[in-house]
This record gives sequence, structure tokens and C-alpha cells, in this order.
Amino acid sequence: MILRLNGRIINREGVFPKIAMEPKPPQLTREDIWQLLAEIKDPEIPAVSLVEMGMVRQVGLQESKVIVILSPTFSGCPALDVMRGEIDRRLREVGAPEVEVRLSLAPPWSTDWITPQGREKLKGFGLAPPPLHSGRLQLALEQPVACPYCASTHTEVKNDFGPTLCRAILYCHDCRQPFEQFKPL
Amino acid sequence: METDLKNTLRELLIALADDELILGHRDSEWCSHAPILEEDIAFANLALDEIGHANLWYSLSAELEEAESQSYVDRIVFWRDAPDFRNIQMVELPNGDWAFSMLRQYLFDSAEIERLNVLAESAFAPLAETAAKIRTEEHYHLRHTRLWLRRLGLGTAESRQRLQAALDQLWPYTGQLFELPGERDHLLGLGIKMAQASPSWEAQVIPFLSECQLALPAGARRALNRQGHTRHLAVLLNEMQSVARLDPEAEW
Repeated sequence: MILRLNGRIINREGVFPKIAMEPKPPQLTREDIWQLLAEIKDPEIPAVSLVEMGMVRQVGLQESKVIVILSPTFSGCPALDVMRGEIDRRLREVGAPEVEVRLSLAPPWSTDWITPQGREKLKGFGLAPPPLHSGRLQLALEQPVACPYCASTHTEVKNDFGPTLCRAILYCHDCRQPFEQFKPL
Repeated sequence: METDLKNTLRELLIALADDELILGHRDSEWCSHAPILEEDIAFANLALDEIGHANLWYSLSAELEEAESQSYVDRIVFWRDAPDFRNIQMVELPNGDWAFSMLRQYLFDSAEIERLNVLAESAFAPLAETAAKIRTEEHYHLRHTRLWLRRLGLGTAESRQRLQAALDQLWPYTGQLFELPGERDHLLGLGIKMAQASPSWEAQVIPFLSECQLALPAGARRALNRQGHTRHLAVLLNEMQSVARLDPEAEW
């Protein structure tokens, strides 16, 4: 019996391996990849994408391989592996034959890299966005934090540590609600 | 890379990672046992941070060995026995009083920042970059522990007495905080000048402890190498490694 796949005979010796080895011509453009990455959300903050978080540093396209350079946020963040897996899965779905996610530590990721749209979405999610600090983290930590619900700065830090590594717990004395802040880093 | 430099680097990375791993495990033991909910959350976060930092150092070591990262890290964490660990003894001491854990965290993190400042200047770029990355996160640890040491030290007679008891117990171990494995010359060959870190740490920590109304213990600070351990490490490892060793083939 002759087996055919996409019109080719595949059970003849030497033919099948050739088909399997043939690299798929990359139909993806860099724009496509950025577009796709802009749809992948941070699993701990599903309102914001990896691109809005400023985590995607670079996208490279080789013959048969897509390379994504990613800056991890907090180094102990367990969401990182989920995000890497998601990037791999989604890019393969749209035809990337091989995906490599490289982590880049230098320069270290900063909350200053979160895009203006990302900051707005954080607020909508109930998370006060981190202040811009240009590396002067100590100063950022002293700044009053505006409540994401009523914008009052009559607020107080209750705990520097919250439900995830990137969040602190605060309280608003005006609208009398607890809220969370994305911690400046 | 020359062999002795590579060996120095390997030993250094494992020592840095082991400190973070063992402290992270001790911190994790507070999960669901801390005095109040907020502090339960805080220690769980601290644990996650420290174990995350350990993972960065171990992964760098894997890179150096050209080993596959995940299996290398699993092997080195779950399949070494106590004599092969290179952490300092302070981090392996059992928790006991919550004031003890808070003070240990402060003493370690404040020293770690000094160590990271030195490492961030290393000529070996991956080491320097990792140190710089970790350093940014330590600000939160220090802010948290300093706040609590003030509260405990300036709080009630009981809270001060318990914090003082913790300091009496921990202070002798601080002599080991800047102890690194490897020949001094080899470390210098990597651009690591740790000598400046210890005086800088003392200049910051000693006045702060006195601000918290604590008396510095008179006893000597022991400069131990990283080969020796207290009996507590084996007990800790026995628990930490038990699941992995139960079924070495398990995928998780």
C-alpha cells in the first residue's frame, strides 16, 4: 500500500524523513510576533499584556526559529514559567517551527518600562500603578500612593508584601477601602 | 576560562545560592504559622524571593557547567547531603521565636546587599548582572525588617527582651556573613573585592541595632568556613528533599 500525505508518497524509504526535516518557510513577520505577544497576558494580572509590562525586549526571526528576549520582573515570580510556556505555545500555533525564549537580566527590568496604556489598565484592574523613578527606588518608596478608585493620596501602606511578589497592600482613608499597588522596582 | 578561576566561580555560585535556598526554606516554614496574617504573607513572599534568587545563582552555575538548567538545579538542590552544602550557619538555624526570624532576615539581607554591591562590580559579566538584578528586590526586605526591628525593639519590655535574646544567639554567627569560598587571589582575579563589604555593613548595622535599644553581645563573632554545619541542616534537608527522593522519576 502506498501512503500519501499532502500528495506525497511517504512510505517510500528516504522520502518521509525528508518531509519531516524540511524547515517550514517562516511566514511570520516581526510585526506579527509583536502583535501576538501583545495578546499574551500576565497570568497574575490578566488585564495587562507582556508587551505592556515592558517585559519583551527584542524579537528575532531566523530561518526556522523565533527568538523572544524577555526581561523577568521579580526573580522569584512563579508566573514567569507560565508566560514562557504561553509564548512558546502561541507562536507554534501560528506556525513558528521553533521558539526560543531567552531571559535577559541586564539591565534589570524596571516598572518604569510599563507602558502608559499598561499603567491605565493596572488602575482599571484595581492596582495603583508604580511611580516612575528612573532608578531612584528609595525615593519612589517614600512617595504617597494614589488610590486607584478615588485618586486620593490620603493612603497608607499596610504591608509591603501582598498576594503576589509584585504587589503591596494599602488602605485609602478617603474611600475607606483596601487596595493594592504594583510595587516600584 | 582558566580551571582555577572556573572552580572558584563554581564554588562561589553554589555558596551564594545555598545561602538563599536555605534561608528561603526557613522563611517558608512560617507559611500558615506567623503571628498575624500580614506577616504570614510577608514571610511567604520573602521565601519566594530568596528561592528565586537561589534559582538564578544555580542556573548561572548550570550555564558554567554547560548543563541543562532545570535538571541541574533539581539535582543540586534535592540530591546533595548536608556536608556538601556551602551555606553559612546562620541561615540553617531553626526558627523558634518570630523575633529571631525577623532579626536573622535583617542581618542577612543587610549583609547580602553589601555582598551584591561588591559582586555587581565583578569582571565576570553574568555574575555582575545577576547581582544587580537581585539587589533591586532587596530594598523591600530591608524596609520590612527594619520597620519590625524598630517596632519590637522600641515596643514593650517583652518584645525588646525577645529581640535581645535573638541578637545574643545570632550575633556570633555574623562573623561568617562575608566568608566566601575560594582563594582570595582568585576572587580578586574575578574583580571581587569583598574586604570592603564587612566594615561597610558594620557601620550601618551596629548603629541601627542600638537605635532599636539593643545591646551588642560581648562574645566573639566566629569566622567559620563554609564546610561545617550545625546539626539543624540535616534535619531541614531531610524534610525539604523528602518528596523529591521518594520518587526520583516523578515529573513535576
